[in-house]
Amino acid sequence: MTLTRDKKGVAGKAPYKVIGTRPLRPDGADKVTGKAVYGADVHLPAMLYGAMLRSPHAHARISSIDTSEAERVPGVKAVVTAADLPVIQDILTDLGEGVVNLRYTSNNVLAHDKVLYHGHAVAAVAATSTAIAEEAVKLIKVEYDLLPPVLDVLEAMKDDAPIILEDLRTTELGEKREGQTNIASHIQHRRGDLEQGFAAADIIVEREFRTGTVHQGYIEPHSAVGLYNDDGHVTVWCSTQGAFGIRNQVSELLKLPVSDVTVIPTEIGGGFGGKLGVYLEPVVALLSKKAGHRPVKMTMNRTEVLQATGPTSASYIRVKMGATRDGKLTAAEAYLAYDAGAFPGSPVGSAAVVILAPYKLDHLLIDGYDVIVNKPRSAAYRAPGGTNAAYASEAVIDELAKIIGMDPLEFRLKNAVTEGDRRADGPVYARIGFVETLHAAQEHPHYRAPLEGKHRGRGVASGFWNNWGGRSSVSASINPDGSVNLLEGSPDIGGTRASIAMQLAETMEIAYEDVHPRVVDTDSVGYNDATGGSRTTFGTGWAAYEVGLKLIDEMKRQAADLLEVDLESIAYENGIFSSNGDSLGFKEIAERIDESGHPVVASASVHPEEFGPGFGTHIVDVEVDPETGKVEILRYTAVQDVGKAIHPSYVEGQLHGGVAQGVGWALNEEYVYDDEGHLLNASFLDYRIPTALDLPMIDTVLVEVANPGHPFGVRGVGETPIVPPAGAVANAIYDAIGVRMTTLPMSPGTILEALWAQEES
Amino acid sequence: MATVWIPPLVQGLTGGRQVVEAPGATLRDVIDNLDAEYPGLKGRLFEHGRVRPGISVTVDGVVSNKRNRSVREDSEIHFVPAISGG
Repeated sequence: MTLTRDKKGVAGKAPYKVIGTRPLRPDGADKVTGKAVYGADVHLPAMLYGAMLRSPHAHARISSIDTSEAERVPGVKAVVTAADLPVIQDILTDLGEGVVNLRYTSNNVLAHDKVLYHGHAVAAVAATSTAIAEEAVKLIKVEYDLLPPVLDVLEAMKDDAPIILEDLRTTELGEKREGQTNIASHIQHRRGDLEQGFAAADIIVEREFRTGTVHQGYIEPHSAVGLYNDDGHVTVWCSTQGAFGIRNQVSELLKLPVSDVTVIPTEIGGGFGGKLGVYLEPVVALLSKKAGHRPVKMTMNRTEVLQATGPTSASYIRVKMGATRDGKLTAAEAYLAYDAGAFPGSPVGSAAVVILAPYKLDHLLIDGYDVIVNKPRSAAYRAPGGTNAAYASEAVIDELAKIIGMDPLEFRLKNAVTEGDRRADGPVYARIGFVETLHAAQEHPHYRAPLEGKHRGRGVASGFWNNWGGRSSVSASINPDGSVNLLEGSPDIGGTRASIAMQLAETMEIAYEDVHPRVVDTDSVGYNDATGGSRTTFGTGWAAYEVGLKLIDEMKRQAADLLEVDLESIAYENGIFSSNGDSLGFKEIAERIDESGHPVVASASVHPEEFGPGFGTHIVDVEVDPETGKVEILRYTAVQDVGKAIHPSYVEGQLHGGVAQGVGWALNEEYVYDDEGHLLNASFLDYRIPTALDLPMIDTVLVEVANPGHPFGVRGVGETPIVPPAGAVANAIYDAIGVRMTTLPMSPGTILEALWAQEES
Repeated sequence: MATVWIPPLVQGLTGGRQVVEAPGATLRDVIDNLDAEYPGLKGRLFEHGRVRPGISVTVDGVVSNKRNRSVREDSEIHFVPAISGG
């Protein structure tokens, strides 16, 4: 269902001819027939195969590495360790997932002097077959001095915790504190007078929450092929969300000029933020160089993916909120400690924005801590930090509404932010559609449907995501048959070839089928930030809009020449160029380009800044089995302000995907470690993501409150839908069995423990 | 004059004031003037002439880290966490 609240986008052309339709995706046939080339499908002449030696320990100093025996194995062509990497100083760079220190990235790619988590890469081998490489890896001798690991975020914050990075100091907005620590940074947002705010409350609820480490769970593992050519040029083929980010990281880590690195993005089988940073890419390049400039391929298995890539942060969150009996929030306080894995960079900054973003608050305090532990370095994961944060705040909101006796959507409406209100961290909202999602949820048949049966409950939760603009470039040229070749640098994960081509077609008033989009390498188009931050349909779509305007202008010049009239007299509408009664069709001019002048090509580069935020409200019905603790999802409805749905099917797909991942996070998924820091469930058998059998059909409502900061009113849509699910499911569980769940995942074991605790009390 | 919201962790430099005013036609001018009145503020928020990594500047609700970004008399400036996403 689509509910359009604003009839026009900024371009003011609605009703649209292409936008809002549901054409086939250009890459669909190749993907369903198995012809699409993913990372592991790349094969080059004389290619070698790599394997990685990984740490069996969570925390240890490397006292020696002996690779001599491995090097002697017939078929082995190269062995590399961190000693082969250039020494990297502190370089902070933004990969589209937040800022990272490349010195730490180098240390993560191949462990320097210490291993910092179970599965940390230590050495790599290239050989004539994968089997030989894997056997040779076993012959590498590494001596470790074991160190005590710390895995829990609150334990890691204690003064006597084992120190993971000796040089780490806590940073507080540009100021470094003295003394070794695992707390990388502290942020704070504060407004009003907290004491006064809580004094005005009739009811105060305070709860603590814990969430486990979870992985993005992309189906395609990491894979990379590297060719370090004799002339010094490096080419990398890889599955990535951001080819330019990979290029820049490889360039920095190997100390190569950026012009000496080309990255060719393959098709990508999911990323969700986990395919922004490098893991294998610098290693295959190093191996290629050492192996006589032969190409080298490495592909992770699932265990490696889970042990050493992703995941997102486990967290401890404490939320305290006060409200009056008539349902007005008076104050809120939040404390968030997010584990970053072994290197700084958890998403606690965005979590601290998300946690109170939907609500009007005059008095608030938010403290956030980025803390390192002996787990794999955390990576972005779809609305990084948001799901944990909203799980906590939406549960407290629900509890306040229940205590007051107010409908939970009505309670949210009473406190919901609208245009002109101030976000928790300060800035004032422009046009947003949170209230519209609440109304749409209230009016949805799901919310009014009776829910009968024992141990069944209904929950709602809302969520915010800021979205992102980033930088995008496209190039386009007009073919003699009137079609348009569109070159993009944004890897297509969720149907963006289609959504970007549709915006170009709409702009040029031509058929969608006449636009041929291609995702190309880093040498073939201008810079593009990663496909992440829900930015691609927004930002690269904007670049397509700009290039479309340029192509039309150029075609007008061609029309003026052919019609032998002044350029200023040419008008363009519905694919027809006209002047004083004479006219030429778009395709007619294209056919005569040779006659009229020069080829028609254009490029555009944009860095849009008004990337309107997204809000969503979810409704879920669950049934809890009190004997086993298993939670079944009976019905799910996701309502979201999407700005303008360019291709509604793909927008609905984003909502479906966000809900599916969010439900997995809510009910099943978590990393399980033993006391020594060994990951015990590094397979999809034991790390359980939801399957189609675990989920009902997911209903979606696309609320269209146009973003005034985009030509067609687009808002990012991919991340918002993963923010509310955990909170919504928790609230439904409470409605079903009267137990407030405060731990993720809400697995059968934790549900039973909570039920038993309730019986005892 | 533009209104600048001072992040809590550096309000020690403004004597605890959460909101201050500073003249200037660009973000650079406003920050320079602010630093003249509250020495050290610029160094906490900027590094090597750029906004510190992990921080974004919003002017009237729009993220823009360009120091030559124009600022109106009634503009509102915030320093917020830099958020991109996954």
